[in-house]
Amino acid sequence: MTQVSMTVNGKQASGDVEGRTLLVQFLRDAQGLTGSHVGCDTSQCGACVVHVDGQAVKACTMLALEAEGAEVSTIEGQANADGSLNVIQQAFQDHHGLQCGFCTPGMVMSAAALLKDNPKPTETEVRDYLEGNICRCTGYHNIVKAILAASGQDVSAIAAE
Amino acid sequence: MYNFDFVKPATVDEAVKALGDEDAQALGGGQTLIPTLKQRLASPSKLVSLTGISDMQGVTKDGDSVVIGGGTTHRVVAEDAADAYPGLAGLAGRIGDPAVRNRGTIGGSLANNDPSACYPAAALGSGATIVTNTREIAADDYFQGMFTTALEEGEIITQVRFPIPKVSHYSKIAQPASRFPLVAVFVAQYAGGVRVAVTGASNNGVFRWSEAEAALSQNFAADALEGLTLPADDMIGDLHGTAAYRAHLVGVMTRRAVTAAS
Repeated sequence: MTQVSMTVNGKQASGDVEGRTLLVQFLRDAQGLTGSHVGCDTSQCGACVVHVDGQAVKACTMLALEAEGAEVSTIEGQANADGSLNVIQQAFQDHHGLQCGFCTPGMVMSAAALLKDNPKPTETEVRDYLEGNICRCTGYHNIVKAILAASGQDVSAIAAE
Repeated sequence: MYNFDFVKPATVDEAVKALGDEDAQALGGGQTLIPTLKQRLASPSKLVSLTGISDMQGVTKDGDSVVIGGGTTHRVVAEDAADAYPGLAGLAGRIGDPAVRNRGTIGGSLANNDPSACYPAAALGSGATIVTNTREIAADDYFQGMFTTALEEGEIITQVRFPIPKVSHYSKIAQPASRFPLVAVFVAQYAGGVRVAVTGASNNGVFRWSEAEAALSQNFAADALEGLTLPADDMIGDLHGTAAYRAHLVGVMTRRAVTAAS
């Protein structure tokens, strides 16, 4: 076992892990942050997306030890300081951007990464960016709408489609 | 996945030393290797992460070439090579998905030489030079069949040097489940002639389509490829596409790449 230490949602997090311990296992099992979901475990579905040093990564395809010293953000750290939903989360609620909700943590984290790089994406850019996030309820339409709404754009046109 | 030791050296020399241990394995961004370990298709005793080696990071322009550190992620290549070599940056920006591009590295992709990976097409299609800790290998000598390269045990790709073409483009049809190319073609026009590299299609991995290169070197236009076809004999046939379909797609992708080249 090796000691690993990182910052998770602004708080220091450390623990003993094996070489093979995945980042998502460290977050879920050792830190109790079960918001990051393991959908496929093959880096296809994106339900485990978290940010490592500001970049979206699949936490099931990164070793915990690779995140030594990193700043990690998970879905649990997304809400506003007063506990209310942040603008992306609120848009998912307002636009029914989730059905069963399993993919939602990864969708929200990917959306946050997209909007940080590209504050006013087009619908095509949103759909391209979500290539690695799978929703098996096939709720993409409302997810895309929620992300466009979160970017402050008018979504009435795509709502009419 | 079976357990292993993990080390993250800060220099190439330390990494080479660590890779000298029995069953030690280099780890780039892990976007292929970690899934492989999960399936127990490999069981190294030690993983040597190359992502902490600052000398192996980044994109620099050096005269008529773009030099990319072996540990550079696809995202960084997509952003930082966009001015110097837009065809290469365009390829890097379409590998996998955004989260994969934030981790996966050029050295990892080339060392693995998946028959459906994107980077081998760019390296072969550009006549790139693969620079390792011990030597320089021309792309034409480097790729030696599916998952097989000229790399020796413990050899590390420290840099890849791409000569910048006049125009280039990478056209791909993604296999919708894996996001890997079903077939993709990299076309690059140099003063000395045109290079055409095909990935995803052949059982022997990435290859150059020499008849298309000859025709395009005479006349760099999609029409120049009229009547040219590839035999389906060596093509991959699986549930995603037959060998004949892939052979056909090579022609389609090559014409599209020529038309789009800029």
